[in-house]
Formats: sequence, C-alpha cells, structure tokens
Amino acid sequence: MFGQANVLAQGQAEFPPSVGDFYLPSILPWGAENSYWFTKITAMVWVAVGILIIFFLVSYRKPQLVPTKKQWFAESIYGFVRNNIAVDMIGHAGVRFAPYFTTLFCFILLTNFFAIVPFFQISPNSHIAFPAILAVISYLMFNFVGIRHHGFVKYFKNSLVPPAPWYILPLLIPIEFFSTFLVRPFSLAVRLFANMFAGHMLLLVFTLGGFAMLSANVWLAPVSVLSWVMTIALTFLEFLVICLQAYVFTVLTASYVQGALADEH
Amino acid sequence: MFFLAAEGGETTHNPIIPVWQEIVVGLVAFGVLCFVLMKFVFPRMEQTFQARVDAIEGGIKRAEAAQAEANQLLEQYRAQLAEARTDAARIRDDARADAEGIRQDILAKAREESDRVIAAGKEQLQAERATIVRELRTEMGTIAVDLASKIVGESLADEARRKGTVDRFLSGLESTGAR
Repeated sequence: MFGQANVLAQGQAEFPPSVGDFYLPSILPWGAENSYWFTKITAMVWVAVGILIIFFLVSYRKPQLVPTKKQWFAESIYGFVRNNIAVDMIGHAGVRFAPYFTTLFCFILLTNFFAIVPFFQISPNSHIAFPAILAVISYLMFNFVGIRHHGFVKYFKNSLVPPAPWYILPLLIPIEFFSTFLVRPFSLAVRLFANMFAGHMLLLVFTLGGFAMLSANVWLAPVSVLSWVMTIALTFLEFLVICLQAYVFTVLTASYVQGALADEH
Repeated sequence: MFFLAAEGGETTHNPIIPVWQEIVVGLVAFGVLCFVLMKFVFPRMEQTFQARVDAIEGGIKRAEAAQAEANQLLEQYRAQLAEARTDAARIRDDARADAEGIRQDILAKAREESDRVIAAGKEQLQAERATIVRELRTEMGTIAVDLASKIVGESLADEARRKGTVDRFLSGLESTGAR
C-alpha cells in the first residue's frame, strides 16, 4: 500500500485499480514483468508454509499430556477442524481426513490473512492458481476416496443416479454429473479466488480512491478521509471473509468426501 | 487518471487463467506443508489425544476398581462385625444360662444338705429320747423298788394298798412316756 501510495503521490499509479495491480513485478529477477517464479505472491506462499511448519513443529516438539499454552493452541486448531469439521461432517471415519483438512484450513486461513497484514496486503489466493491447486486436490481426493470405498462402478452409480423414477433420470443424471464432477472444483476454486480478489480490489479502490481524490482536488480531502475510514471498516469485513472462506473451503471439501463415502445418494 | 506505461503489457493478464509457474510453486509449497504437518505433527496430536483419553479412562477405571475394593472390604468388615456381635450375644446368653444353672445347683445342694442335717438331728434326738426314756424307766423302776422296799421295811401292812399305788403311778408314768 505504501509503495503504491508513494507511486500515487508521484502521480504515476492509476485509478481505478485494475487486474494488473494483482500481478506485481518479479523480485528475482528484480522488476521483471511476466516472470512469476519468485514474486511477492510466491514469496508469501513460501512464508506461509514456513510459518505454519515452524509454528507446528515448535509448539509440538515435546507433546505433553497436560499441554503448555503453545501446545494447547496448536491442539485446539487441530481439534477444531477435527471435531467441528471432519467428525461433524463425515462422522467417526472423518478422523483420518482431519490432518489434511487441518493443513488445508491453516494454509488457506494464513494465506488469506496476508490480505490484511501490513506490507503483505495481498492474498496469494487472489491468484487463481493457488485456490485451483487446492480445489483440484479436493476433487481428486473425494473421487479417490469414493472409488476406493465403493469400487469404481458403484461409486459412480451412487453419485450419478439419484433415487428417482426412471423417466426423470435422463434429466437428473446429466445434472448430477455436471454439478458433481464438472462444477465442484471450479466452484471451490472460484469462490475462494473471487472473494480474495474482490476483497483486495475493494481495499485498493477505497485506499487509492482517497489518494486520487486528494490529488485531483485538495477540497476533496474530507471525502478522502471518509474513503480511508471506509478502508478500515472494510478491513474488518475482509477479516470476516478471510475466516469464513477458509472455513467454507474446508467444510465443502469435507462435505464432498462425506458425499463420496455415503452409502446412499 | 494515470496509466502506467506497462499497462499495455499487463492487459494480457486474465485473472481466471492460472499462471503455470504459480501452480508449480503452489503445488511444491503446499506439498511440503502437507508432508511435514501430516507426517510429523497431526499424527502425534492424535496420539496425544489418545494418550489423554487413555489416561483419563485409566484413571476412572482405577478409581472404580479402588471403589469396588473399598466396598468389598466394607462389606467384609460389616459381616465380621455382625458375626462378632452374634458371637458375643451367644456367649453372654451361655454365660447367663451357666450362671443360672450353677445357682440352681448350689441352691439344690444347700437345700439337700440342710434337709439332711435336719433329718439327722431329728433322728439323733429321737434315739436319744428313746434311750433316755429307757434309762429313765429302768432307773425309775429301781428307785421305785428301792423306795418301796424302804417303805415295806417299815410297814408291810399297807403293802397291798401300796402295791396298787405303785402300779397306778407306773401306768400313769408309762402313758406319759408313750406320749
């Protein structure tokens, strides 16, 4: 934001913000456009992975029956996903998915959270590549789990053929196929991506808008202030969205796995 | 409004098309994260949870066992106590009965003894009395005869008369002695 503010102050940045604002110049090689191996976005992903690994390894280095504060915190994250998502959605069989769900939840939550952390201020999930990876993993996982549980034929029969009169099936089967096997990964990925993208865009609009009005006419300064107040308010909203989307992604994945494991349609 | 010079180059970005380099980076990073957390952290958490459950359940089980043992001991002591109480009561009753028996025995013996003593005394008295009566009778006869002979020695005239008198006296004496 500050970098952009400086750029704005120098009268170089654009308003309104565009998609281009999401594609920051490369860090290595420095400043290169269209080079994506090492950008702020990928750096943030690595930072998130590093933070999570270090946090969990450190806080769970010497687990004890009576947990320390750190251990308790790490355990309550896992316990939350395990009990309130995995076991609640899937039942007792959900325990074995809990490690993945927790990893997923933590990763999404932290990368989302970067959207409102000063100096990070953009979520890697506003680039569709990352939500897409997670969605594809979820998609492969629930199909794999379903096929392994039921066998290939029975799994597809379970998923595709709802218990309905035969004459309606020609209509229902394509719908089921479309919704289960085509739309699910896209909806998962796009929901997360679009939320983070829009959130970043909103914050950009109100922040840059303030500067734009200020630089356009000094008399608009009160409106600029209002615009920045709005940014603060929207940051709180963004925090809500961050938590909600991490939760929703995990719950939906759990729900898909549950659907794949369910005996009846 | 201001436009960056690079704007023209960046319009090629389509936010819905993923950048393949980012996919690779994301896959590797997320893969590493999954590997570490799912291999080294969460299974250990699960173990800890299990250990905790075991500890709690073990504690409950131990407490239950101890409780059961205590109850059993209590029952045992109660039974023993009741047994001891009945024993004591029985012993007291026995002792009371024994004492009663002994008392009765002693009383009976004493009564018997006194009866025997009384009877012996009575017999002795009877025998002595008979002896005395016999002795008295003979002595009386002798004295009477002595007396009579003295009297006779002086006056035989009245012998006939006096004979009657002595007889009368003796018969009177006899009837008194028989009584």
